[in-house]
Amino acid sequence: MAERVGFFTDSSVCIGCKACEVACKEWNGVPDDGFVFRATSYDNTGQLGADTWRHVAFIEQDGRWLMSSDVCKHCTNAACLDVCPTGALFRTEFDTVVVQPDICNGCGYCVPACPFGVIERRERDGRAWKCTMCYDRLRGGLEPACAKACPTDSIQFGPLDELRERAAARLERLHADGVDEARLYGESPEDGVGGTGAFFLLLDEPEVYGLPPEPVVTTRDLPQMWRWAGGASIALVGAVAACFLGSRR
Amino acid sequence: MSRGGDSTATVPEADFRSYYGQPVLKPPVWHVPHMPLYLYLGGLSGASSVIAAAARLSGHDRLALAAGVTAFAGAGLGSGFLVAELGRPERFLNMLRVFKVTSPMSVGSWTLAVHGGLTAAGAASAVTGLLPLAGDAAVLAGALTGPVMATYTGVLLADTAVPAWHAARRELPFLFAGSALASAGAVGMLTTPRAEAGPARAAAALGAVMETAAAAVIERRLGLEGEPYQRGKAGLLMKASRALTLAGGLLATVAGRSRTLTAASGLAITAGVLCTRFGMLEAGKASALDPKYTVVPQRERAAGRRLAVVPDQENGSHTP
Ligand code: SF4
Ligand code: SF4
Repeated sequence: MAERVGFFTDSSVCIGCKACEVACKEWNGVPDDGFVFRATSYDNTGQLGADTWRHVAFIEQDGRWLMSSDVCKHCTNAACLDVCPTGALFRTEFDTVVVQPDICNGCGYCVPACPFGVIERRERDGRAWKCTMCYDRLRGGLEPACAKACPTDSIQFGPLDELRERAAARLERLHADGVDEARLYGESPEDGVGGTGAFFLLLDEPEVYGLPPEPVVTTRDLPQMWRWAGGASIALVGAVAACFLGSRR
Repeated sequence: MSRGGDSTATVPEADFRSYYGQPVLKPPVWHVPHMPLYLYLGGLSGASSVIAAAARLSGHDRLALAAGVTAFAGAGLGSGFLVAELGRPERFLNMLRVFKVTSPMSVGSWTLAVHGGLTAAGAASAVTGLLPLAGDAAVLAGALTGPVMATYTGVLLADTAVPAWHAARRELPFLFAGSALASAGAVGMLTTPRAEAGPARAAAALGAVMETAAAAVIERRLGLEGEPYQRGKAGLLMKASRALTLAGGLLATVAGRSRTLTAASGLAITAGVLCTRFGMLEAGKASALDPKYTVVPQRERAAGRRLAVVPDQENGSHTP
């Protein structure tokens, strides 16, 4: 297995140019996601989805603009992958999470399973799609198209350990400069999804960017859930037995 | 950025921040009526197979036949809706490409495959009279796959990020088990001569109580995440479900007296448990689409953890 790689998206230097969105579409042949003027901000794509694998959030606040390029988090404990019944979703040698479109049967289970609302079924072809971290480029020794295209290095690609160090240094620097609201999101292996392969430096609370503040991989509770189902099964059999008691022929 | 909250609401809304009020999660993609009908038919089939086995063992042969055929029909029709729900129905068999306990859908597909086979064998033997021993064995084995069929759907919904479903993870299997039992009892009493349908009527009444109790616990225990079950379309469906299921369950206790009562009870229960399935899907969609249900409970969880590590703070006990 190759070293685990990931993205560190430093939103403090994002200029909202959307080069990442364009580069992603170009390289991966992602279909048009509609030319919509949303009238809320300079955001054109709205949210991640089957046809939007990088999404630049644009937030207008008093006295400042926040911009951040969102992407699949390539979770350490990925709910989408856990629940996929066909094995279409798999973990690559780079520790990323990828859908194999030739296997996906479009059951749609991964869609509500993702705690970040990333993966989506494309209704036109019936299958689930999301960022592959440019799996083909990684195998060819190239960096993903979005990171390559980013003019400010807001999107940084590399070995995850190295990125975490770089992010910690950047955070320290920002705090020293008085940017107290700077924080990292997804970098901690202690969080509810075991840390993400794509993590962020944000300048406000995650929910302001449309990110869940405390995401959890729900399969974490699965043993408990199977136990409750076991209890319910026994209750069902017991109830049926009770219905027949006394009416034995 | 926007602050959440509807200024016209009479109850003060939780204050939270979001990205222009957009959902954080993607709602379940499953369609109406496929998915709720599958949930209904799968549960009906599962509980019917348990009834068929018990009827077989206790010598209620007419009930055993009716329940066995219902179990087969439910599994068969249910599979049809399940396949139609897929984005690529022609790839249905990919469901059986791997077996994953981490995927309730995988466990469910395998269970459905085995259960479908068993109920088909049981029903074929009962109807034709061929291979009675093998038929009986299949009917009895169906009593093992049946309970899984009736309850795994609770885990299927709960194992998602959908707030209203995941928060109800303890109760959902009981809700589905009760609902399945009620539906199987209802179809049992509609398809069996009244003199032999006693156990089916009892099952209908007991199942109705179990479903109603589980739904009541969900509404009480969940707090904010339980709200989607009480509001809007989902709220109407859940209310209709409770009224119909309870009324049908009550009628079931006296339905042995006449055909009219039997029909009224069986139909009311069937309508009620169908409303439950449609209501569950609606509530799940509504809870995923409103960022409030994602952000507020997660914020509370985070605050609870912070309180828990700082001693001398007033009670920081939050359910994890
Ligand atoms: S962010 Fe969602 S789609 Fe991406 S790996 Fe995590 S669970 Fe899967
Ligand atoms: S839609 Fe495709 S990728 Fe998603 S869980 Fe189903 S089979 Fe797996």
